[in-house]
Amino acid sequence: MATGTEPQQNSGGVRTGTRAAIAAPHLRTDRWWLAPAVTAAGLFAFVVYSTWRAFSNAHYYAAPYVSPFYSPCLAQNCRTMHAGPNADLFGSWWGISPAVIILIFPLGFRLTCYYYRKAYYRSFWASPPACAVAEPHKKYTGETRFPLILQNVHRYFFYAALLVAGVLSYDTVLSFRDTHYRWGHMGLGTVVFLVNITLIWAYTLSCHSCRHIVGGKLKHFSKHPVRYKAWQFVGRLNARHMQLAWASLLSVALADFYVYLVASGVFDDPRFF
Amino acid sequence: MSVVDRQEWDVVVVGAGGAGLRAAIEARERGARTAVICKSLFGKAHTVMAEGGIAAAMANANEHDNWQVHFRDTMRGGKFLNQWRMAELHAQEAPDRVWELETWGALFDRTKDGRISQRNFGGHEYPRLAHVGDRTGLELIRTLQQKIVALQQQDFEETGDYESRLKVFQECTVTRILKNGDRVCGVFAYERETGRFFVLQAPSVVVATGGIGKSFKVTSNSWEYTGDGHALALLAGAQLLNMEFVQFHPTGMVWPPSVKGILVTESVRGDGGVLRNSDGKRFMFDYVPDVFKEKYAESEEEADRWYEDPEHNRRPPELLPRDEVARAINSEVKAGRGSPHGGVFLDVSTRMPAEVIRRRLPSMYHQFKELADVDITAEAMEVGPTCHYVMGGIAVDSDTAAARGVPGLFAAGEVAGGMHGSNRLGGNSLSDLLVFGRRAGWHAAEHAQGLAGQRPPVADAQVDTAAAEALRPFSAETEREGVAGPSENPYTLHQELQQTMNDLVGIIRREGEMEQALHRLGELRVRARRAGVEGHRQFNPGWHLALDLRNMLLVSECVARAALERTESRGGHTREDHPTMDRAWRNVNLLCTLADPTGGLAVTDPGRGQIRLSRESTDPIRPDLLALFEKEELVKYLAEEELYE
Amino acid sequence: MTSYEARFKVWRGDVRGGGLEDFTVEVNDGEVVLDIVHRLQATQAPDLAVRWNCKAGKCGSCSAEINGRPRLMCMTRMSVFDRAETITVTPLRAFPVVRDLVTDVGFNYQKAREVPAFVPPAGLGPGQYRMAQEDVDRSQEFRKCIECFLCQDTCHVVRDHEENKAAFAGPRFLMRIAELDMHPLDAAAESGLDRGRTAQDDHGLGYCNITKCCTEVCPEGIHITDNALIPMKERAVDRKYDPLVWLGSKIRRRSS
Repeated sequence: MATGTEPQQNSGGVRTGTRAAIAAPHLRTDRWWLAPAVTAAGLFAFVVYSTWRAFSNAHYYAAPYVSPFYSPCLAQNCRTMHAGPNADLFGSWWGISPAVIILIFPLGFRLTCYYYRKAYYRSFWASPPACAVAEPHKKYTGETRFPLILQNVHRYFFYAALLVAGVLSYDTVLSFRDTHYRWGHMGLGTVVFLVNITLIWAYTLSCHSCRHIVGGKLKHFSKHPVRYKAWQFVGRLNARHMQLAWASLLSVALADFYVYLVASGVFDDPRFF
Repeated sequence: MSVVDRQEWDVVVVGAGGAGLRAAIEARERGARTAVICKSLFGKAHTVMAEGGIAAAMANANEHDNWQVHFRDTMRGGKFLNQWRMAELHAQEAPDRVWELETWGALFDRTKDGRISQRNFGGHEYPRLAHVGDRTGLELIRTLQQKIVALQQQDFEETGDYESRLKVFQECTVTRILKNGDRVCGVFAYERETGRFFVLQAPSVVVATGGIGKSFKVTSNSWEYTGDGHALALLAGAQLLNMEFVQFHPTGMVWPPSVKGILVTESVRGDGGVLRNSDGKRFMFDYVPDVFKEKYAESEEEADRWYEDPEHNRRPPELLPRDEVARAINSEVKAGRGSPHGGVFLDVSTRMPAEVIRRRLPSMYHQFKELADVDITAEAMEVGPTCHYVMGGIAVDSDTAAARGVPGLFAAGEVAGGMHGSNRLGGNSLSDLLVFGRRAGWHAAEHAQGLAGQRPPVADAQVDTAAAEALRPFSAETEREGVAGPSENPYTLHQELQQTMNDLVGIIRREGEMEQALHRLGELRVRARRAGVEGHRQFNPGWHLALDLRNMLLVSECVARAALERTESRGGHTREDHPTMDRAWRNVNLLCTLADPTGGLAVTDPGRGQIRLSRESTDPIRPDLLALFEKEELVKYLAEEELYE
Repeated sequence: MTSYEARFKVWRGDVRGGGLEDFTVEVNDGEVVLDIVHRLQATQAPDLAVRWNCKAGKCGSCSAEINGRPRLMCMTRMSVFDRAETITVTPLRAFPVVRDLVTDVGFNYQKAREVPAFVPPAGLGPGQYRMAQEDVDRSQEFRKCIECFLCQDTCHVVRDHEENKAAFAGPRFLMRIAELDMHPLDAAAESGLDRGRTAQDDHGLGYCNITKCCTEVCPEGIHITDNALIPMKERAVDRKYDPLVWLGSKIRRRSS
């Protein structure tokens, strides 16, 4: 009978004693390594770029634009931005780049994001590298113990990400000024900021924790029609979570790079009106 | 002879589809220690293929519905040959059986006010089918499976053993029902995985093995449908009732060849799909028989209005009972108006928006996309008749589901005969499984309890004979029998059997062809004795098929013999040489029994058959039930003397 | 109709050992891998063991690995392969092999038993259940599951780590817990059973690292990860890792 079989207690994977004797770790004939390789390359490129920019502590403000990496700017050593997201919460003792203070939050949000977890578990940790491809690790405990059990704090980073998205929205509003802080103007940077903030919001709201909080936790949608609608809306965004994760990652880097180009004088922000 | 493992149970249920599991649940809840044996894995039974729904007059969608209307529809569908007491019990008890499933966790589609939604189906006057999209059978089997697990969890709490009172022996095949004198005393079975033999001793055996479709080439049935229960019961001395009635579902896939026969659910038509021939004509309007004239629309306009306003319009003829639709398709194809691959067109793409189709018929969309590369939201499906269901089966007592003449043997579901008369309505099978599954389990448990302390023992000699029979294919060289010749490939024999039944005892039947079929079946029977297999007993499909051949040959002979005998056309039995329904046959049951009641091995002479046929008159229909019908309608079915009794 | 000869490698053997065996076999238009396996049985290897049933993607019996990917043999059309390609068919590699393409899937039946069943609400008899369609939609998606166990096979938690089988129920049965937790009338909570908590504590939800292979292989297209596993993780967070919710429940319990 096929019931009641006790699992073998010996460690091991697809080559364990009772399984079909096949030596190969996998028999896939497609290019299964392509997706993790591209993911790893993409994430690695972003990490390199953002590390350089976060620690450079320069060229992050070109009126009226503030780089999303440096917003809000919470240290005394921040550049003054007229009506910008400045606050001297960290006094003169803070010596390094003020970006580091705030980047913790979006970094934490993305690091604990259900999509990015999949992406880096697969591409960096090879756990698993691809479906039905044996992973190289002897032991696996997943997210059952420290440190990975901390992934469960995702929803707090989501709350923080909401605040950050709020600040970036404010920055986008500020970008409707000219270099002399007069309202009612637009430049190419404004468009870049608009695109970025749209993607940031879409990514933030498509979060699985958000989906849970707005309605997923309910047992009876029929008793909460408004939350049901909200859940459906978030659900539709959530289906695109991966695409939004990449799009917003790219757009935030581009927005920063745009500010860098303008601030360092390489490029002049074309003004529309 | 090797020592065969024996276990003691109160009730043994053979088959783990809807009827078997429902019987097991009932028997266990009534205190009987119950074993279930099934050929597949637990939860894979053919019931999962049922798509449309469970017919039950709950009156959720139309308040006029009640059991009397359901009973009437069932009798009409079966052309009044139904064992009327079964049809009555079925119509009365089906709603309770459906509601009970909800308390076990089933999730049917809902109406606006939160009750179980019910859909239209061929032959049902009102929307009556409780359903879950088009995967109702899966929901049914999963719910019963999970109820069994729930009972096992209870047993585990009390006894520390999940299987102390209810055990599923999965991937095991029963080859013999064992008897002690007249009485049933157990079953002989083998594990497919290891080939190991074992005996379950029990005073009650419930047969719930489903149908016989694998004897036909084009069928919607899975490999399991080899008529095992029919054959086991025959060999145990039971009678098979009205085996000539085989339902050909009108809409099976016709292309590609590898999926030929796979079902296209009737809901496609219930939800608005129409049948067209190669001229683009909705031909079903030309095929409404007189007995149904007042009930069906005469114009496309009226038929189309019905979907929106069923109160004031008559239903489209695409929703005629299955036998009528199957015959109509067959005629269109024969007249040269068929589709490229020999079917007709079933079209929903021009009737509903693509998104509605995907929502209401998800598995059909999936099935055609994956298997035929056809997008049913953009083009028509090609469909044709496929062997689907056998109305005939083990003759049983209506109230207790006990097989007539074999104390301790019970039957429920497709393997039992009588309930559906000459033709089954869609949706009535799932309710049949539940209603009579429960009744079989109930009475099997009572029978076992009534014999407490005086259970019939199993004789060693019977076990040895059964073991020898099961091992025959490994020593196929039949020098012992004095028959020379090389061993036969069981797969080849099976294909020839399927071709024979399909061509000669198929949807339209002729006397000469059926005689030819009987002759060929005789030859195949002799050759099957030489069916040999390679390898050993561990999960050997060749061996399994060789053993199943015995059952398919027995059952095929029953179908052919009974079909030859009944010289009329009624429901699932259509004779080209006797094209009309004959009122004189209305109250005649044909019963098959084993010609050699000692239960010996298959007869070696191809000329002689294994089956003896007899006739009996049906019980007169109870007057209060007859009173549910208009006199004008009854005149079409019943003989004069029946009417005025 | 066109036909051609395809090259197949089929794993044959049992728990004592085995290997890939070469076959050349005829393939016709519109056929699926299971048709080819049946042709091998009928013409070249009558004792080739294979489990199958409905041949229409509805029963979930014919699970195997084709070119290294877990799939239903009946739903894998031959037309997706190049004619020159050699097609490799092996049994599921996460479960003990029985013979040829048949594996012992008992692990799954054992896990099924460990998930507490539906708890009917007290005070509601048969026929009195009222549920809104929008409330049953979520659980209905999970009930589409045909129990082919491809998700259980592909999940690296047990596929690559036999020792985790004791602690981890696998995607199919974590989804079953989600199905019951989202059932609008399940009364587990009233009976003192916290399904969200048991998912984490008893059924190994924490082992899941949401790498989504279960969703990728699901022949029914169920969004196992996004709609069942992640929502269950969030529900577990509600119970176990959310101080606000924890505090709220303490206060509410005290006031009631």
